[in-house]
Amino acid sequence: MVAEARGAGRTLAIAGAGSKAGVGQPVTADAAIASTGLAGIVEYNPEELVVVARAGTPLADIEAALAENGQALMFEPADWSRLLGSNAGQTIGGIAATNMSGPRRILAGAARDALLGVRFVNGRGEAIRNGGRVMKNVTGLDLVKLMAGSWGTLGLITEVAFKVLPRPETEVTLAVDGPGAADAAKLMARAMGTSAEVSGAANLPGPIAGRVLADGRAGRPTTLLRLEGFAVSIAERIGRLTPQLGAGHDIAQLDAAASQRAWAAIRDVAPFADGTETPVWRISAAPMAGHAVAADILGQTEGEAFFDWQGGLVWLRISGEDPQADRVRTSLAAHGGGHALLVRTGEDARARTSVFQPEPAPVAALSEKIRSSIDPDGVFNCGRRPFASVRRAA
Amino acid sequence: MNEIAFLTPDPDVLARREAIVAGLADLVPTEALVTDPRELVPFETDAFTAYRRVPLAVVLPGTTEEVAAVLAYCAEQGVPVVPRGAGTSLAGGAIPQEDAVVIGVSRMNRILEIDHDNRTCTVQAGVTNLAISDRVAADGFFYAPDPSSQLACTIAGNIGMNSGGAHCLKYGVTTNNLLGAKVVLLDGTIVDLGGKALDAPGLDLLGLLCGSEGQLGIITEATVRLLAKPEGARPVLFGFDSSEVAGACVSEIIGAGIIPVAIEFMDKPAIEICEAFAKAGYPLDVEALLIIEVEGSEAEMDDMLARIIAIARRHGVASIKESQSATEAAQIWKGRKSAFGATGRIADYICMDGTVPLGQLSHVLRETYRIVAGYGLRVANVFHAGDGNMHPLILYDVNDPAEAEKAELAGADILKLCVDAGGCLTGEHGVGIEKRDLMLHQFSETDLNQQMAVRAAFDPGWILNPSKVFPLSFSRQGAS
Repeated sequence: MVAEARGAGRTLAIAGAGSKAGVGQPVTADAAIASTGLAGIVEYNPEELVVVARAGTPLADIEAALAENGQALMFEPADWSRLLGSNAGQTIGGIAATNMSGPRRILAGAARDALLGVRFVNGRGEAIRNGGRVMKNVTGLDLVKLMAGSWGTLGLITEVAFKVLPRPETEVTLAVDGPGAADAAKLMARAMGTSAEVSGAANLPGPIAGRVLADGRAGRPTTLLRLEGFAVSIAERIGRLTPQLGAGHDIAQLDAAASQRAWAAIRDVAPFADGTETPVWRISAAPMAGHAVAADILGQTEGEAFFDWQGGLVWLRISGEDPQADRVRTSLAAHGGGHALLVRTGEDARARTSVFQPEPAPVAALSEKIRSSIDPDGVFNCGRRPFASVRRAA
Repeated sequence: MNEIAFLTPDPDVLARREAIVAGLADLVPTEALVTDPRELVPFETDAFTAYRRVPLAVVLPGTTEEVAAVLAYCAEQGVPVVPRGAGTSLAGGAIPQEDAVVIGVSRMNRILEIDHDNRTCTVQAGVTNLAISDRVAADGFFYAPDPSSQLACTIAGNIGMNSGGAHCLKYGVTTNNLLGAKVVLLDGTIVDLGGKALDAPGLDLLGLLCGSEGQLGIITEATVRLLAKPEGARPVLFGFDSSEVAGACVSEIIGAGIIPVAIEFMDKPAIEICEAFAKAGYPLDVEALLIIEVEGSEAEMDDMLARIIAIARRHGVASIKESQSATEAAQIWKGRKSAFGATGRIADYICMDGTVPLGQLSHVLRETYRIVAGYGLRVANVFHAGDGNMHPLILYDVNDPAEAEKAELAGADILKLCVDAGGCLTGEHGVGIEKRDLMLHQFSETDLNQQMAVRAAFDPGWILNPSKVFPLSFSRQGAS
C-alpha cells in the first residue's frame, strides 16, 4: 500500500486511534492509513519482562494483560485525549511514535528507554526490523530510538516490543504543604537526591491542587512526592526522606488509592482538561529551571502552570486564544533551554504556529537528511514538522 | 585461520601521507600529533588484540574546536578517521587501518560541571567512566552504567558502544543515562544535542548516536544523569545442582515482583576457574552459581533477601551464602569480576557477547555446551542472567592455528544460536570488525540497507570508522 502510494506520488497520513491527532501542524495527505487493524499481542511471557504487540493494539488491552501478571509499562504512558477534547483511545504504536511518558519518567525513564524493538514500513514500502526483544542490544544502528517520538514522520510502525517490569506492590504519596514553585524545586531536588527512590515529584499551585486533590488540602499549594514498592520499603523510605524535607512543613500521606488518583490527574493533565481550546504548552526544561521559565512567561501574560518531573516538566495554560509561541520560547531560551510543545490550541493558531520546538539549523538539516534516508519522497505525515529549524533573527 | 578481512589501504592516501601529516600539524599543537612509528604502536589495536594495523597518524586534540578542524580536514582530504576513547573495545571497534587518522579523545579529560540539584554531570569525552562516580560519591551520587572496563574506558567510548554492565538490570545502559552531548559532525559542524532537560525535541539523534560505534560523528562532551546512591548493597551466593533450576529460580524471583540490582550466573567451569584464582569461597560441588545483589537500607535488604531466599529454597537451592560484611561482599564480587582475568591464566579464550530472551537461557546454555564440545573445546559461562546477556568464554590454545580456527567457528555458531533463539549478536561489546560478517544472520539485506542509508545521512563517503559494523562485502564502502 505504501509502495503503491509512493509510486503514484501520493502522500499518507498515519494514525493510530487518533487520540493525539490534534497535536502538531495539520497533516496534509492524499489518504490516511490507520494502524488500528494491526492489533493483538504477538508475544508475552511475563518472566521475560517483554511484551511484543502489533502497533494498533489498544493500550488498554496491553495494560490489562500486564496487570493480570502484576506487571506494567514503567514509563506510565499519559493519556491526552481528554485534554484534547476527544474520546479516542490510544494504541501502543501511538505511544511509541510519540514517546509518551508520564510522571515516573524521572525515575524509570521514558517510553523510548523501554522500547526494545520495532518493525516499521519505510517510505519505500519496505518492511524494516530494528532492535529486538532483549534488554541489551548494540547490534547495528539503533533506529528504535529514532522511531520513538518521530510522530509518524519517518515510517509506519507496525510492531513494537516494550520492556515491562513488576508493578510496585503499593504506593504512598507525601503531600507537603506549602512552598511556592521556586522553593518547591529545591525541596524536590533534595528529595530526588536521597536514596528513597522517589518515583513522582510534582508541585501544584493552590488552585490546581484544589482540582487534583480531593481532600481538605484543596486550595493550598502542595508538593507531591511518590514512593512505590513493597510496604516495608516504603515505610523505611518515608523515615529517610522526611528529615530531608526541612522543618516547618505540614506533611500528609495519601494512601494508595488517593495517590493513584492524584498521579493519574497529573499524568493526563486533568487540571487543564476543561473542554476548551485555550493554548496548553508542555515545556521540558532542566528541573531547577522550570519554575523560572513559568514565572517569566506568567509575568507577561495571563495563565497558570503546574510542575511535574521535579519541576522540569511545566504544564502551562495561557488565557485567551493566542499561544504566544515567541514569548514561551524566548523565556525558555533565557533559562537554559529545553523544548516547548504546543499540545493544544485552536485550529487557526495550529496552522500558523511552530507547534514543535524549532531546532538549530544544522540539527534540523541533519534530521531532514535522516528523514529522507527513510522516507525519500515524503510519503508520510507531510506537514507535521517535529524538526523544523529556528528562524534566523532578522 | 579464518582471518577477518581489512580493506586494502587507499594508495592515493598513503602516497600523500607527508602532506596530510603537515596539514594536521597546522591544526593542532605539536604534542597532540603522533607520527613517530614507535609512538604509533599503542594505537595499532584495541582490546581485540588479535588484529593490528599501524594508522597513518594519531591526533589527540585538547578541544572540541581542534576535533572539528581535524575532522573537517580529513573529510575534505578523503582520509578515513577512526575515533578512539581508551581503546578498550573487545570487538575491534577502534582498530585502525593504514590509511586512517585516529582521533583520540583521551586528553580531553576534564569534568566540566557537577549539578547536584539537576542530578547531572557534564564531562569532556575522555573522562573515564569510574572517574564520574568517584567524583560525586562523597555527595551521595553515582553514575550507573558500569562496564567491567570502567576504570579505563572513556565516556566517549561508552557512548559509541552504548555500554552496559552488571547493574543495568535495574539502572539501564548508557543510552538510558545520557542526557546530552556535544558532537562534531563530519564537516566540522559542532552541534549540541539534548541537555539538562529530560526530553529533547525532534528526532532522537542522541539515541541514534549512542551505540553507533563512531560512524556518525565524534562526541567531545557529554551530560550524564547522576543517581542517588543506595544506602547499602548486599550480594548473596546461591549454589544449584543444575543450570535449569537456577534459571527457573531467576524467573520466579522476577515473577514475584523483585528486581534485584544484579543477577549474575556462573556455570561449573567458571566457578572452578574463578575460585582457584580469587578464593572467593564459592561452592565447588554445584553445577551453577547465582550472585544476586539487592540494595537499600538494612531493613529493606533483609526484607527482599528473605523473599529471594524463600524462593530459592522452594527450588531446592544446594547452598546459600549471605555476605555478613563489606569484606565478604567484596569477596563474592571479586570472584565474578576476575572471571576474564582468571580464565586468561589457564588458557587463551575468546569471549562471546550474545543476548537471548530470559526464557531461552537454559536452552542456549545446553546448546552452547553441545556446540563447543563438537569442536573438541571447553567453555566457561558467566553472564548477566537478569538481562540475558551471555558471555561464553571458549578456551583454546592460541599457538595451535587449528584450535584457534575451531574456537572462532564455535563462537560464530553460538552467536547464530543466540539470534535464532530470539536474541542478538551483541549485548554490550559492539559489532566492530569482530561480528561484522554475522550481521546478515540477524538482519535482512533490506534492514541493513536502511541502517546504511541513515548512516549515509551523516557520512556519505564512509570516512568515519569504515569497515566496521556492516559486512564488508555488503556495505556501500566495500562495494565502492
